[in-house]
Amino acid sequence: MDFLSPEEWSAVGLSLRVSFWATLLSLPPGIAVAMLLARGNFPGKQLLNGIVHLPLILPPVVTGYLLLLTFGRRAPVGSFLHDAFGLVFAFRWTGAALAAGIMAFPLMVRAIRLAIEAVDPKLEQAAGTLGASRVMVFATVTLPLILPGVIAGAILAFAKAMGEFGATITFVSNIPGETQTLPSAIYAFLQVPGGETSAFRLVLVSIVVAMTALLASEWVGRAVARRIAGA
Amino acid sequence: MSLDVSLRHAFPGFTLDARFEAPAGVTALFGRSGSGKTTVVNALAGLLAVDHGHARINGTVLFDTETGARIPPHRRRIGYVFQEGRLFPHLTVRQNLSYGRWFAGSRVRAADGDAFARLIALLGIEALLDRRPGTLSGGEKQRVAIGRALLSFPRLLLMDEPLAALDEARKAEILPFLERLAHETEVPILYVSHSVAEVARLATTVVALENGQVVRTGTPVEVLSDPRAVPTLGIRDAGAVIRARVLRHHADGLSELETAAGPLFLPQVAAAVGTWVRVRIHAQDVILSRTAPVGLSALNILSVEVAALRMGEGPGVVVQLRAGEERLLARITRRSAEALALAPGLACHAILKSVAVAQGDVWIEGRDD
Repeated sequence: MDFLSPEEWSAVGLSLRVSFWATLLSLPPGIAVAMLLARGNFPGKQLLNGIVHLPLILPPVVTGYLLLLTFGRRAPVGSFLHDAFGLVFAFRWTGAALAAGIMAFPLMVRAIRLAIEAVDPKLEQAAGTLGASRVMVFATVTLPLILPGVIAGAILAFAKAMGEFGATITFVSNIPGETQTLPSAIYAFLQVPGGETSAFRLVLVSIVVAMTALLASEWVGRAVARRIAGA
Repeated sequence: MSLDVSLRHAFPGFTLDARFEAPAGVTALFGRSGSGKTTVVNALAGLLAVDHGHARINGTVLFDTETGARIPPHRRRIGYVFQEGRLFPHLTVRQNLSYGRWFAGSRVRAADGDAFARLIALLGIEALLDRRPGTLSGGEKQRVAIGRALLSFPRLLLMDEPLAALDEARKAEILPFLERLAHETEVPILYVSHSVAEVARLATTVVALENGQVVRTGTPVEVLSDPRAVPTLGIRDAGAVIRARVLRHHADGLSELETAAGPLFLPQVAAAVGTWVRVRIHAQDVILSRTAPVGLSALNILSVEVAALRMGEGPGVVVQLRAGEERLLARITRRSAEALALAPGLACHAILKSVAVAQGDVWIEGRDD
């Protein structure tokens, strides 16, 4: 494809890969935390709520730096993960995915939590009296009913991950081919003379990806909602 | 089957302290709103953990706070029909019906192979199977909810005012299904209601609750004809149930019935000649006279004897009347009771307008009676 240079392609591809994994891997904990916040009643609930929302309020650079302090190669968690599983985050694309996932997490949890709060707990009670254990109640009643919210949350998280810049560049830097995501690439092109055309092409790609994600989420959400409401 | 329940639970401003035993059949848990009926069924279903008490079905302990035994709610096999149906909106009617059946396990399913087909026929919901709950009427939803609960093969079916959310026409639509169900199913039913009419028609045993305590237990005939139970039933709804046999249908639209207290003329009764029916006679529709009245428009003059009197708080008196084995209630003023010098053992005449008995107050006796 001549529309984008290999360097630009690699930024687009990396961003899609980072966002995909960030979204996919934060879905299960996202649903679990949303369940806890919507239905749980435990000491420290407000603290959990605060921690989840922190990346939304903190300057992204601060989040990135905290990630570096925690998951850096010599940091406690980082060195443990490296020694135990050979998993390295610092200055790798995996680190970009981690940063994107953490930045997108509050948005995802929020959307799913709202969906859970809209589910009538009486339906779950009814499922219990029919013999379903709590896990089965969740799988057969709660999850299908919150599916539109889960999809909306996932797409929102994906879009946020595509656009994440501050935490990523602080945590994993801006290495072409490894950690140079779409926004980092645009930033890099704007720093060199004559880079504006490349930057502009990537801007167009960003707009297309974002619009596609938005329309897809609308469409899927509506299809699922229609199926649930039933006709 | 037998159900043995003893519960004590304190809510802010309300204490439930209920103990009762119920035999097989339909047990009506009767009482006004706030008397603790729903608390009892929620405790049985496991939706509420009570402070003290136990519940046993046929010796199986559902929970016992003394020993700490407690079957988790989803393993209790107690079907629950809620007031508002609570069908799963994302599933079709067929999937809703199969939901509990699936969890009941293959062994239970195999043991009762054609239960599904029989039940949907009984409930008249064959045509709804592929629809979703969102498109059903209130009455249809409630029938599906009953089917769903029964198809989980429960050892006890709880019904919490299943008709309360429906209008009169829908109630009339479902009541016959419930009557058939009560007679055809083996599953014991605990039926929560504050409607005397429903209790009179469906129940084999009535447990009357008031302010969280059991005030009376007995057959509907016993409880409904007990003047002491009148405050619990609600003064306007009080009224005894008597047995009657259809003698003949007259050309002028009246049916003549035979009772222990003499002939009874009622607006057209939808039952064949010779059929035994039950008739509920509202206490406030009965007039008492010491002498046989003449020149009266009311057609029914029953010969009875005063069995008991109960003074109320206000100006009213509830008089229990006896005719053979049958009991009637009459609600009159204290002034009239004094003027007539009513006392137990006194023979008198109970006068009832034919049109005071509505169609819903007459029903054909069930198989159990």
